Amino acid sequence: MTRPLLELTDLKVVFDTDEGVLAAVDGVGFSIQRNEVLGLVGESGCGKSVTAMSMLSLIPSPPGRIVSGRALFDGRDLISLSHQELRQIRGRRISMIFQDPMTALSPLHRIGNQLAEVWAIHSSMKNREALERAREWLGKMGIPDPGDAISAYPHELSGGMQQRVMIAMALMLDPELVIADEPTTALDVTTSAQIFELLHEMRRDRTSILLITHDLGVVWETCDRVLVMYAGKLVEEAPVRELFRQPAHPYTRELLRSIPGFDPDRELYAIKGQVPSALNYPAGCRFHDRCPDAFGRCEQEEPPLYVLSGGRRSACFLAEKWVS
Amino acid sequence: MNPEPLLTVRDLKTWYPIRRGVLNRAMGFVRAVDGVSFSLEKGRTLGLVGESGCGKTSLGRSLAGLEVPRSGEVLFRGEPVPPGNRRGKIWHKRIQMIFQDPFSSLNPRMTVMDIVTEGMAEHGMLKGSREQAAREVVSRVGLDPDAVFRYPHEFSGGQRQRISVARAVSLNPELVVCDEAVSALDVSVQAQVIRLLKRLQEELALSYLFISHDLAVVSTLSHEVAVMYLGKIVEYGPTAEVLHKPQHPYTQALLSAVPRPGKEKTHRIVLPGEPPSPARPPSGCRFHPRCPQAMEVCRSVDPDARTRGPVQVWCHLY
Ligand SMILES: Nc1ncnc2c1ncn2[C@@H]1O[C@H](COP(=O)(O)OP(=O)(O)OP(=O)(O)O)[C@@H](O)[C@H]1O
Ligand SMILES: Nc1ncnc2c1ncn2[C@@H]1O[C@H](COP(=O)(O)OP(=O)(O)OP(=O)(O)O)[C@@H](O)[C@H]1O
Ligand code: SF4
Ligand SMILES: [Mg+2]
Ligand SMILES: [Mg+2]
Repeated sequence: MTRPLLELTDLKVVFDTDEGVLAAVDGVGFSIQRNEVLGLVGESGCGKSVTAMSMLSLIPSPPGRIVSGRALFDGRDLISLSHQELRQIRGRRISMIFQDPMTALSPLHRIGNQLAEVWAIHSSMKNREALERAREWLGKMGIPDPGDAISAYPHELSGGMQQRVMIAMALMLDPELVIADEPTTALDVTTSAQIFELLHEMRRDRTSILLITHDLGVVWETCDRVLVMYAGKLVEEAPVRELFRQPAHPYTRELLRSIPGFDPDRELYAIKGQVPSALNYPAGCRFHDRCPDAFGRCEQEEPPLYVLSGGRRSACFLAEKWVS
Repeated sequence: MNPEPLLTVRDLKTWYPIRRGVLNRAMGFVRAVDGVSFSLEKGRTLGLVGESGCGKTSLGRSLAGLEVPRSGEVLFRGEPVPPGNRRGKIWHKRIQMIFQDPFSSLNPRMTVMDIVTEGMAEHGMLKGSREQAAREVVSRVGLDPDAVFRYPHEFSGGQRQRISVARAVSLNPELVVCDEAVSALDVSVQAQVIRLLKRLQEELALSYLFISHDLAVVSTLSHEVAVMYLGKIVEYGPTAEVLHKPQHPYTQALLSAVPRPGKEKTHRIVLPGEPPSPARPPSGCRFHPRCPQAMEVCRSVDPDARTRGPVQVWCHLY
């Protein structure tokens, strides 16, 4: 097999809070291949955004600390790079679409200037040309009146339009890896489909995508492989079809069961119990108190991430049983 | 006679001036909401769906009195909602809004406890200790009660969204405008929050305007659904009718594009052409330049409402 584009190993990230040390990400590792779309799903608060941001050293510190971990990209460990070196890579070779549009957009500057600025940093493009390119990109994103939109301020755009400006910003420089954190939550299904078409085209060229999303329909349509996180840990990894056909971890199975249907009369299903607090995750398997299949061992011992056949991994003692 | 609806909206228009150039002159208007009428009864949910940028948030903000409509009426319990408070303070504690952006709508300098009890204190309804009240609301949305002393930036996207939900429902409102209120949540936590919203509706006869891009979520919660396109409602009716037997070509295209596990992409109706400008809406039916079924009449005549069973549809096909 060829060398992966990015290889993350044993990432541990904590936040020092007044109530104690919060272990947001606890030993997560995976790799991203070239030209692939890798999905990352999991419960709200389980550490997806923190994982993504750590790979680009974007964790606010303090209170955040990367306790361990390596992110090898092209032979270099991103986590130990200097700010100077990271700036060369961020934006140009790896770009990030943030969950919150306003972390990437300044409320005080016009959209066109903000996009043009991205080129200014990375190339010697003239301002006029950069603005023209900005207009083109807004058009590609399906924003009406792109010529007008470049002179607008972010608050004059709808939520989904802001999100698309940010997507444009991340894609413009034709990066090798795009880390997309909930890129389409503010988009209607037709507009979102159009954006994914575009991502699909880019990927045919050479771009890989790490896609964090709660929309399992989008995962089904767009991803090649999927990672599932629960309570700061990776609990499952599988090719996308396999994941939906035969989940190898009870959390995944219960999550898939919770997908709402189009039937108003059907009672909504939610996994029993509460999302555990990152300040004190349960001992043993972190899912044990909510797991319908838990048995004695699950309370005491933490299951390792078992390697199964077909490129799958699962952190459940019964992993083999689920896929047989 | 029918009882008076909780909320009545009549021919509402909310336009934004487009200011450009050094003189900042108005060069025209974005017609974000351009003639919308509906009513909402006590204890009911109206789902509002439509293309990004079609005016859903603008409509929601106008109902809460956060935008100044250009014309038309918003009546709450028969009384006009005083418009024009843009400072983010909602005029009536009986109307609350869960904002689309859970990041910038929470004050970063306030703890969760301050955020969720602010309104209670202001409205003089704080029973017992503040902390206890806060812990109670926060755990209702599935957050750790110990989280009440933390600040918004210490939470994940979905956790912040639940703080917004907690704040809105803590005030015993009668109407809540939910703008993408559960979009940042995984499906299981989402189901919990939706159940909470439903339970509150049953207990307190709350009404919701539920804006969402997730049509499955809309279907689980709404009694009626309104589909908006470029500032106008194009289809309106009972949820099951609109989502299972869509009549307007735009609604049909929208539903065909819903991604679902196991479903192949091939059935998607792709809308041709550029998205239209809300500053210069197309003549006739606003959807005609992209409509797969457009006819000659569609280019010049704006269709009025056609009644098809329990559904109203604004389209010349019917
Ligand atoms: N700056 C911070 N200070 C303290 N805790 C934090 C901070 N940022 C994140 N956390 C905590 O780290 C955990 C993981 O957060 P993260 O944002 O990665 O979740 P997520 O999986 O992206 O969730 P969501 O789907 O809701 O966005 C959460 O429990 C969150 O409260
Ligand atoms: N404060 C404002 N000033 C100028 N134009 C605005 C303002 N707020 C919204 N608009 C414009 O009004 C139109 C409707 O925006 P709105 O936010 O209501 O859309 P939306 O349906 O909520 O979209 P989304 O699904 O993307 O959130 C858009 O063209 C937007 O650019
Ligand atoms: S009125 Fe005409 S253009 Fe408009 S939706 Fe109906 S068929 Fe299409
Ligand atoms: Mg997140
Ligand atoms: Mg909106």
